[in-house]
Amino acid sequence: MSGIGAMFAAAFGLGVLAWWLGRRKALAFVAAPGGDRIGAVHSLPQYHGAFVAILALLPALVVLAFWGLAGNGLVAAEVLAGLPEGTRPQPGLDQAAFLSEVRGLVRGDYAAAFNPVAEGAAKAWVAVERRYAILFGVAALAVGLMGALWGWTRLRPDFRARSRVERLVMGLLILASLVATLTTFGIVLSLIFESFRFFQMVPITEFLFGLNWSPQTAIRADQVGSSGAFGAVPLFWGTVFIGAIIAMIVAIPLGLMTAIYLTQYSAAGFRKVAKPVLEVLAGVPTVVYGFFAALTVAPAVRDFALSIGISDASSESALAAGMVMGVMIIPFVSSMADDALAAVPASMRDGSLAMGATPSETIRKVLIPAALPGIVGGVLLAVSRAIGETMIVVMAAGMAANLTANPFNSVTTVTAQIVALLTGDQEFDSAKTLSAFALGLVLFLVTLALNIFALSVVKKYREAYD
Amino acid sequence: MNQMSMDVGTALGSSEAVADAAPKMTARNVAVSYGATQALRGVSIDVSTENVTAFIGPSGCGKSTFLRCLNRMNDTVASARVTGEIQLDGKDIYAPDMDVVQLRARVGMVFQKPNPFPKSIYENVAYGPRIHGLARSKADLDGVVEQSLRRAGLWDEVKDRLADSGTALSGGQQQRLCIARAIAVNPEVILMDEPASALDPIATAKIEELIDELRGKYAIVIVTHNMQQAARVSQKTAFFHLGSLVEYGDTREIFTNPREPRTKDYITGRYG
Ligand SMILES: Nc1ncnc2c1ncn2[C@@H]1O[C@H](COP(=O)(O)OP(=O)(O)OP(=O)(O)O)[C@@H](O)[C@H]1O
Ligand SMILES: [Mg+2]
Repeated sequence: MSGIGAMFAAAFGLGVLAWWLGRRKALAFVAAPGGDRIGAVHSLPQYHGAFVAILALLPALVVLAFWGLAGNGLVAAEVLAGLPEGTRPQPGLDQAAFLSEVRGLVRGDYAAAFNPVAEGAAKAWVAVERRYAILFGVAALAVGLMGALWGWTRLRPDFRARSRVERLVMGLLILASLVATLTTFGIVLSLIFESFRFFQMVPITEFLFGLNWSPQTAIRADQVGSSGAFGAVPLFWGTVFIGAIIAMIVAIPLGLMTAIYLTQYSAAGFRKVAKPVLEVLAGVPTVVYGFFAALTVAPAVRDFALSIGISDASSESALAAGMVMGVMIIPFVSSMADDALAAVPASMRDGSLAMGATPSETIRKVLIPAALPGIVGGVLLAVSRAIGETMIVVMAAGMAANLTANPFNSVTTVTAQIVALLTGDQEFDSAKTLSAFALGLVLFLVTLALNIFALSVVKKYREAYD
Repeated sequence: MNQMSMDVGTALGSSEAVADAAPKMTARNVAVSYGATQALRGVSIDVSTENVTAFIGPSGCGKSTFLRCLNRMNDTVASARVTGEIQLDGKDIYAPDMDVVQLRARVGMVFQKPNPFPKSIYENVAYGPRIHGLARSKADLDGVVEQSLRRAGLWDEVKDRLADSGTALSGGQQQRLCIARAIAVNPEVILMDEPASALDPIATAKIEELIDELRGKYAIVIVTHNMQQAARVSQKTAFFHLGSLVEYGDTREIFTNPREPRTKDYITGRYG
């Protein structure tokens, strides 16, 4: 695939040339007598240039992209076909290993071939690849030139280059947004598909309502206990316990009080500094919080528990993970609450103050009730973030799927289990591995529902004041 | 022009200004600036319980600004600076030992734009009595709410839906709700910033009736753009222009025989 960079560069060179030519032709229209009246030449010269350039670039890029994506396959097929009968590797693993060796030889990764057949194949590869590269390069250039020429001949003073360029730009933007959307869609589809396979092995009712979680790895297929128990309730509980209960007990009061202080009490200058700083805090990588949770908070929590006589306190605890997660979520809650409070019209606050209410009465009785939907929406979004959080739980909450309400015990969450299930060597069709997809699907659906609900609450509330 | 003047003249209320009324609030040489812009300068006015005082003047001349000085609502505007002296019952309201919360309970305010709380109609009116602990029982509170709504001329329209949100009322109803809310705490002074600007003639008449009824019990200041209204309800009138108090005197005098040509121009509609 060497030279593809040069080919792209050449294509862009062609585009620039086309732009220049198109623009020059249009400049001539403008220079013609009467051409400088508004409307005499429909579009500005650079639009004519852009139109021709797009017509040159687009087909060339399509050809090059095809080469980039399918090139290796084409070359491999031809190299394999060219091997003498009998030395040709069997399709499957054999063939994949052979091809990877050939490619390694071509790149110069290996000094000598392990397989003598590959030695020859590597030479063939270089030749075939060069031939294809020339072929595609010439094809790209040709279609590019043809596009440019066709576009160039269409330029006329009344040619609507601007509308066409605009439409093409729009198309490009749609394409770009489709990539993200379709990728997400594909991921969801694969989640659903793999979960479906999982539910063929483990009944969905056992998964959703079973109280025992201990997925086993089957080293051999005939091994006893190769399926394990897949009751996910302890995971759901752990997730809710850490993310929606302990973390929120920390984050809601602190976040709300921060927001109240910033919107109602602090000087405007202080708020201008403090708010962005808080929001930067939300960008601290969660693994940093995880560190802090595992190395500082968790031991402190255990020591505290032991000192008050709780003997079964473990060094990894729901409390440690939940508290640190709560701290992590504070900026999130405070930022949403801040927005909600700031959106309450100042006249509301003035009305209350003018009645002789103190600032804190005003906040309690007027501002918070008025901002409540926005605050609730923000909290729900925070919950949905907390239950999707992985790093902190992996590091501080442990992996034991305990169904317990004791915050000093170790619990585990959906995300932490997904990590545990998919790290290390895995068989891709065992119930253990597939259960990760089912967990992911549940997590996805719950966070999606939370987000939709929260955003609709926030939005409806915004409309009420706009 | 003369026609206009005569119209206003005939609108004059029947009650004469009480000449030797004791001042409830006195303002001396009050000036306000928002940041670098001076919004008000050198305003001196007495407000009494016996006479309703009307503030008139073109838009942006500082009427609301001055009104907000009287209950220190300008404190909530970070850029506002108030100088001069304002007294309530002889006590400087800008003195350090003045309790702003108490001051505002004594000097109630109805804002230019209706601003009911997003609570039920009942809770809106009960808000003040609750925070100041004015009602001893639920029945007490019910009584205060009903009486306040009646005085504001809103009771008949809302008596069957006291639990509905105050923000669901029409603009004019909201304004009357705000009036009911303000009088529910029995303030000594009531500041009304264009209380009738969103009201129809019938509701306006009710408000004017209320003001007339309250006169003598409370000191009332009303800002209005409606000359007839000023003439009807007030006994004292202050004309503001470009941040200064141009003329202050008996309403009858101001409307029939203004001393300042600017006042005359404004009242007769030559200026606006
Ligand atoms: N919060 C504020 N910040 C800065 N300037 C203000 C503020 N409030 C009022 N002003 C300015 O002070 C001046 C007086 O405004 P004020 O609201 O007192 O006028 P007004 O007489 O009540 O007008 P209207 O009849 O339109 O209500 C205006 O020039 C206004 O722009
Ligand atoms: Mg005003």
